[in-house]
Amino acid sequence: MYSVNTVIGQPGSFAKERLGGTFDYRWPEEGLQYIPDWIYTSPEIYQREIERIFHGPTWNFVALEAEIPNPGDFKRSYVGPTPVVVSRDTDSSVHVFENRCAHRGVEFCRAARGNVKEFLCPYHQWSYDLRGNLQGVPFKRGIKGEGGGMPKDFRNEDHGLMKLRVARLHGVVFASFSKEVEPIEQYLGPEILKDFEVVFKGRKLKLLGYYRNELPGNWKLYFENLKDPYHATLLHSFLVTFGLMVAGSKNAVIADASGRHGTLASAKPDDVATAVGEVKNEMRAYREDFKLADGRFLNYVREFDSPWSVTMQTIWPNLIVQRELNTLGVRHIVPNGPHSLIMHWIMFGYETDDEEMTRHRLRQGNLMGPAGFLGLEDNEAIKFVQEGVRRSPSDRGIVKLGGDSMGTTRSVIDEGAIRAMYANYRETMGL
Amino acid sequence: MYPGYDMPPADPRATRELRMEIEEFHADYCWTLDCGDIERWPDYFTDDAVYRITARENADAGLPVGLVYADSKAMIRDRAFALKHTQMYAPRSLQHFVTNVRVLEANDQHIKAQSNYLLLQTLVEGPTTIHQSGRYYDTFVRVNGRLLLKERQCVYDTVLIANDLVLPV
Repeated sequence: MYSVNTVIGQPGSFAKERLGGTFDYRWPEEGLQYIPDWIYTSPEIYQREIERIFHGPTWNFVALEAEIPNPGDFKRSYVGPTPVVVSRDTDSSVHVFENRCAHRGVEFCRAARGNVKEFLCPYHQWSYDLRGNLQGVPFKRGIKGEGGGMPKDFRNEDHGLMKLRVARLHGVVFASFSKEVEPIEQYLGPEILKDFEVVFKGRKLKLLGYYRNELPGNWKLYFENLKDPYHATLLHSFLVTFGLMVAGSKNAVIADASGRHGTLASAKPDDVATAVGEVKNEMRAYREDFKLADGRFLNYVREFDSPWSVTMQTIWPNLIVQRELNTLGVRHIVPNGPHSLIMHWIMFGYETDDEEMTRHRLRQGNLMGPAGFLGLEDNEAIKFVQEGVRRSPSDRGIVKLGGDSMGTTRSVIDEGAIRAMYANYRETMGL
Repeated sequence: MYPGYDMPPADPRATRELRMEIEEFHADYCWTLDCGDIERWPDYFTDDAVYRITARENADAGLPVGLVYADSKAMIRDRAFALKHTQMYAPRSLQHFVTNVRVLEANDQHIKAQSNYLLLQTLVEGPTTIHQSGRYYDTFVRVNGRLLLKERQCVYDTVLIANDLVLPV
């Protein structure tokens, strides 16, 4: 069910949400090995996140260029929870502006995607060009003989749509409300840029399709999930049962200098493919009778110049880049209040893929997504966390694995990437 | 509309009995899923079956991705097996409803039909909700007198999924 369907545990039914009154938001004095529950449940903290993170000096994913290839193409999108329109002008430049008419505030762009010559608000037919500039105001000079109309000093230039800064990097479009945020390459940093480029640089993407879901949990839980290699073989028994995580895989948990971005990376040993029989003795959870009837979809086609067969990137504050063997996609996080997050998944391949490669990607896609062998379990776990933190008398969680390591680690039994994320978060949020 | 299923329906008078047979198939299929007998679910398909669940926005745009994507009975069996033996998910109760069956085409090769489906889900301490609403685009073949699915495209209207889709439709 959606979070709004909750019968037991309606928003506001727990003191831990800290509605009304004043609450002194102090991080536990023990430091980063503890995470206070109120970061997931407090509407005040959520508001501060929107102001300081999503509307602050960050780059937010809004679109893939492959979604809006032609002049006049547009899509609805979001920066944080704020609706925006991404549009390609006739000169091929890309623009992002608020999805809100300058007149009375109508969210005028209703179709998910499309192609237009101008944007028209249906209420009073105010029109905007593909850059968000106000063009037409019907009856601007009133009606002859009747008067009315806009004041003489009304200028269209003063009443355009709020525009965001745009950065385009290898076919990925980012937007920011901030004038101060550093250029996108610097924002990502070299460690993250490296694996980002493996997926996107020099590639023409071919869209394969969309998934969308609402997870009844705080948006930060999704980031944590992909900075948490610890759960991989424990939650996702599919991985061990069917030989996807093999003894001898190399792993790495990579963070950027700020600690807010990360890459979970792993590499299958060269000759694994589906030759599980060779290593079965090393895998405690492997069972002879647990065999895939059609193991094609676990094959790894070596198409990347990278030591890793899997890179899952978390790019703060709203993007996940998925390279899981040969299934590729981006996940766009839209926070929806403290207890809910919406995810837009865009799955893709490359223009150079032949039909068999495309089909391989589609088959392998069964691993991920809201019905994925791995994907659905994360969604379930996140729901359980949100329910637990909202309703329990205890008020904090612990991240002690790896002691006080921060950021990049080689061990997967280490929560250093989560600690690094919250070190950065505390600084941004003044906690 | 779905490519390959956009013909006008067959004359209902000529296909009345076939429609009833298809409805009986649906009732049996739904019962298997509702009972949680997931390992019997593959029995409804041919060896070379195609089974895809995808959002209406993908079908309308001709995009090939599947929320679930299987192009062999073996893949269908693997999903059933994984759901039974490896997947972690909160306990739930499901009720599948299939209605509005229209026979589109019936010949020696195959039978094409289209119907609507509704999936109601109840989680522990939760209300019963409409988890997914969609359309089936089905191609049946007869194997030893029995109807089996050679293709089932499940195109859902509920584009924004409530968390996840655990069990198939």
